[in-house]
Amino acid sequence: MVQVLGIGDFTAKIEATQALATTGDPRLVPILQALLDNNLYARKSDNLVVIGKEQAGTLTIMDPLTEKQLGQAAPADFERARLNNRLRTVLQTALGALQLAHPDPARRKASADALFKTPSLEVIEPLKVALAHESNGSARKALVKALAATELQFTDQVQVKRDAVVTLGAFADPDIRAFLNGRINGINDAAPPEQQELKTAMIAAVAEIERRIATWQMFGNVLQGISLGSVLLLAAIGLAITFGVMGVINMAHGEMVMLGAYTTYVVQMAFREYLPGGVDFALLVAIPAAFAVSGLVGIAIERGIIRWLYGRPLETLLATWGLSLILQQAVRTAFGPTNMQVTSPSWMSGAIELTGGVVLTYNRIWIVVFALLVFGLLIFIQRRTQFGLQMRAVTQNRRMARSMGIRSGWVDALTFGLGSGIAGMAGVALSQIDNVSPNLGQGYIVDSFMVVVFGGVGNLWGTLVGAFGLGIVNKFLEPYAGAVLGKILVLVAIVLFIQWRPRGLFALKGRAVEA
Amino acid sequence: MRRTGSLFFSTLGDTGGTILVALLLAAAVLVPVLNALPTDSALHIPNYLVSLFGKYLCFALLALSVDLIWGFAGILSLGHGAFFALGGYAMGMHLMREIGTRGVYGNATLPDFMVFLNWKELPWYWYGFDSFAFAALMAILVPGALAFVFGWFAFRSRVTGVYLSIITQALTFALMLAFFRNDFGFGGNNGLTDFKDLLGFNLQAKNTRASLFAASAIALALGYILCRFLVSSRFGRVLIAVRDAESRTRFLGYRVEHYKLFAFVISAMLAGIAGALYVPQVGIINPREFAPANSIEVVIWVAVGGRGTLWGAALGAVLVNYGKTYFTGALPDMWLYVLGALFIFVTLFLPKGVGGTAKEWLGKLWPTARAAKPPLSPSPQAGVAE
Amino acid sequence: MNMHQPGAHIAPDRGLAQTILYLDDVSVSFDGFRALNKLSFYLLPGELRAIIGPNGAGKTTMMDVITGKTRPDSGQVYFGGKVDLTRLDEAAIANLGIGRKFQKPTVFETQTVDDNLRLALRDKRGVYAALFSRTSASQAARLDELLTTIGLADQRDILAGLLSHGQKQWLEIGMLLAQEPQLLLVDEPAAGMTDAETEATATMLRAIAKDRSVVVVEHDMEFVRALEAKVTVLHEGSVLAEGSMEHVQTHPRVIEVYLGR
Repeated sequence: MVQVLGIGDFTAKIEATQALATTGDPRLVPILQALLDNNLYARKSDNLVVIGKEQAGTLTIMDPLTEKQLGQAAPADFERARLNNRLRTVLQTALGALQLAHPDPARRKASADALFKTPSLEVIEPLKVALAHESNGSARKALVKALAATELQFTDQVQVKRDAVVTLGAFADPDIRAFLNGRINGINDAAPPEQQELKTAMIAAVAEIERRIATWQMFGNVLQGISLGSVLLLAAIGLAITFGVMGVINMAHGEMVMLGAYTTYVVQMAFREYLPGGVDFALLVAIPAAFAVSGLVGIAIERGIIRWLYGRPLETLLATWGLSLILQQAVRTAFGPTNMQVTSPSWMSGAIELTGGVVLTYNRIWIVVFALLVFGLLIFIQRRTQFGLQMRAVTQNRRMARSMGIRSGWVDALTFGLGSGIAGMAGVALSQIDNVSPNLGQGYIVDSFMVVVFGGVGNLWGTLVGAFGLGIVNKFLEPYAGAVLGKILVLVAIVLFIQWRPRGLFALKGRAVEA
Repeated sequence: MRRTGSLFFSTLGDTGGTILVALLLAAAVLVPVLNALPTDSALHIPNYLVSLFGKYLCFALLALSVDLIWGFAGILSLGHGAFFALGGYAMGMHLMREIGTRGVYGNATLPDFMVFLNWKELPWYWYGFDSFAFAALMAILVPGALAFVFGWFAFRSRVTGVYLSIITQALTFALMLAFFRNDFGFGGNNGLTDFKDLLGFNLQAKNTRASLFAASAIALALGYILCRFLVSSRFGRVLIAVRDAESRTRFLGYRVEHYKLFAFVISAMLAGIAGALYVPQVGIINPREFAPANSIEVVIWVAVGGRGTLWGAALGAVLVNYGKTYFTGALPDMWLYVLGALFIFVTLFLPKGVGGTAKEWLGKLWPTARAAKPPLSPSPQAGVAE
Repeated sequence: MNMHQPGAHIAPDRGLAQTILYLDDVSVSFDGFRALNKLSFYLLPGELRAIIGPNGAGKTTMMDVITGKTRPDSGQVYFGGKVDLTRLDEAAIANLGIGRKFQKPTVFETQTVDDNLRLALRDKRGVYAALFSRTSASQAARLDELLTTIGLADQRDILAGLLSHGQKQWLEIGMLLAQEPQLLLVDEPAAGMTDAETEATATMLRAIAKDRSVVVVEHDMEFVRALEAKVTVLHEGSVLAEGSMEHVQTHPRVIEVYLGR
């Protein structure tokens, strides 16, 4: 039959292909693929059928079944097996059916998905065979889907069709919805009653699918919201510390984030230059580096400027704004105004695809994990360390803390350094999902303020709730209102919220705030 | 000895104010005259300078409006650019309607950008803007109304200090995002531009520009006199009391929120007027005017000039903007360094600004002349949140 | 003399209508901390009352409740027997005729002594009135009188921020008088004063109490003794004892609370 593929006429070739497909032998894949790719040849002298690759005037040939190399030959001695469109379709179907037996479950799933898109009567049997042997979950699902779609389209038995519709209705897949809608439109009012009945069943199935998709999308929105929330948390948490502990509004906070992102870039460039094999670990080195760079700059800012402005929050705000302009321009001078490329390490690329078209990229997942780790670390520092104790003491009563021998100046400097350092680490994370440019920080400053104010100043848990709350609300509004309008709505909501609770969601009450 | 009328002097307040008003009135007359001289005359003022200084005067009025609330009521608005831009948009809408059929698409009712977006009719909120009087009124009322609603909520809920600053910033940020949208109906990203004429006068014409300059100078002078009247009355004393000790003022029986709201609304209206005068002189208004950075820059003009002096704010606006013009022309890379350093330098070393410091020196030179009048500039500690 | 047990319900002998200030069963808590615990307290018109108590006894919170700064979680607060103070804000309460002097002297430091008093002077408090009002001749005369009372006539054109600590206290008392309140709440007027100033302040308060009701919160026992007034002892947010200075000083619970800790 392999011979027929090489030399037979189109009808013979089609019959041969269909016959081969039912055998389910994966060894047939290369020959069918070769035929499809115009790489199947027959020797003019003895009709030997081979797979050949023509390159620079010579033909490299091999055996179609064993793929054993047969050496080189002159193209003139061979005739290329010819194709027409009908044969191509049949070949594709056959290939799909044969690949259902591929040892790799991912390939099996892929070929089942391919069959779902180009269903034909011939693949029903191979699908059934494959389904009987399939043990892998996601591949099995794909097979069920493909089989049901094929049955619905090609069988004559009404009961089988009905069952197929029910099977399909259990998925939450936009592709199935599109497929069913296509079938529904194909049945017009003049069709016989059993067709009408089927149509009703299909409409119900579509509704079911839509409901499922909506649920999944909602879940997807929550995930997206958590992802956005973790970014907001990273950006805001340092601000929460400096604002909460020292009452200092640091408008240059965004620039600390930006410095962290640039540190990541520099570290990555250094790895490329001196340790190309370790580029995947550049990010891990960048985290402490960014913490150190931003933290030191933060301490310098506190000692140099903010220290002189305590008790004058509005002036501090202006001075740090001025500083942010300088830092931006300095980075622009040093690195140029264009975006820098920071690539994701291999262990952060890729994505998990969930049902209902929900996709989770690994870097987003890592950022959520990272944000929570940083948050946990911070809570630990605040609750369990000597420095944390001093920090809380200074927050609650600066004068009392000072009189108890706490060097509030140093606590301030270190707290500011800590807040800035965390901003730097946020920059490492942001370098993975955003453009590393001098304006990086500006994009986050307003949002960060909103998070801190919403959550309640001086309360880290409030910041956590604020960040994830705002992230999720933002992502929920987006499908209805669009990204920009959603953001406007969130801003307006926060402005109104502040009227209702001027000190945020988790405000400190009592004497401490009355001063 | 008796100072019966001391709380109600509608004089110009102090030397600085008197000089400012005199200068403005002189400029309103002289600049157009000197501009009209032949170009080879030594006293000729070139056209570009007239426009440039007209622009500065609008900024000065904006700075004045910020000083009224920041310098006297302690309200640091980081969103005053929003009121300025709204006033500007109101005027810009009128100018768009004035274009009429002279636009690229020659549509008599719809501005070009609406034709481009395939809109069929004028949105309702564009109605009335073909009338100059209506547009002028809106340039004042829209910022005033927004300030009223925003301030009513904020002051009633006692949102103060940095919290207020942050939400004013959020306000202008939200407006910027909104105006960037095409379907918002204000030209989206490009804003409103390609204006032709105002009240029938060609905006490119020398005389129109000179007149706009004079109008800006007069508006600034009137704005100054209004603010001076406000802060010199008992109302002004109450505002200062609110700035320095808000809760004490409440316990004296003053409704602090009413006072703040009144000052805030007046201030927003002044900012709106400044924006309305600005737009015909620069020929464009776009959403970037709402950028939070712009509003913060206004605050530094006031800080440089001297918070709580009124005339100092106007002076600061002109000084900083002249600096900006110079640096962006001669050393463009340096400007942000200079501006940033200015923020830091002024807050650290010159908390009273040029105006306040000058006043102190004057006070030392002529102690008797100043002793009777209380300095109006706040002490460095005055910003402490209640 | 009235004598009450801690926490006991205090009903005014002559009924609510006769009181100038009436607090019943008032509780306030901050994050679980009970600053006031079912506090009941009343004051008759023209009475001068001293309130003492250790730190955290709820003295300042009680002032905050009366002046509208803090809303009570439960309980009633009436002024003049009929006005419910829990429903009003600070400004409204001040305009009813309740004046308050803070623990830390708060005067308007960047304004002159004269302007400070003028701001406090009984007058319309609205924005419009403030914009267009002038100081009338009678108001000017009242200012002069007040300046003499508080002994700051020579400093009238000086910025309040330049006054000494004692002078600021007096200016604040002068501002209270300018409000012409029916009820004065004075928080630690003698704090940080010299002995002579303390004595002068006590005399001033006694004189003031002649034609209005006054509540003085004070730590300084000598000062309270000098006031020659009825004393209420607060402890943990409620009334521990009430009566003459001699009476409360011999009260066993008071001794325990003050000395036993």
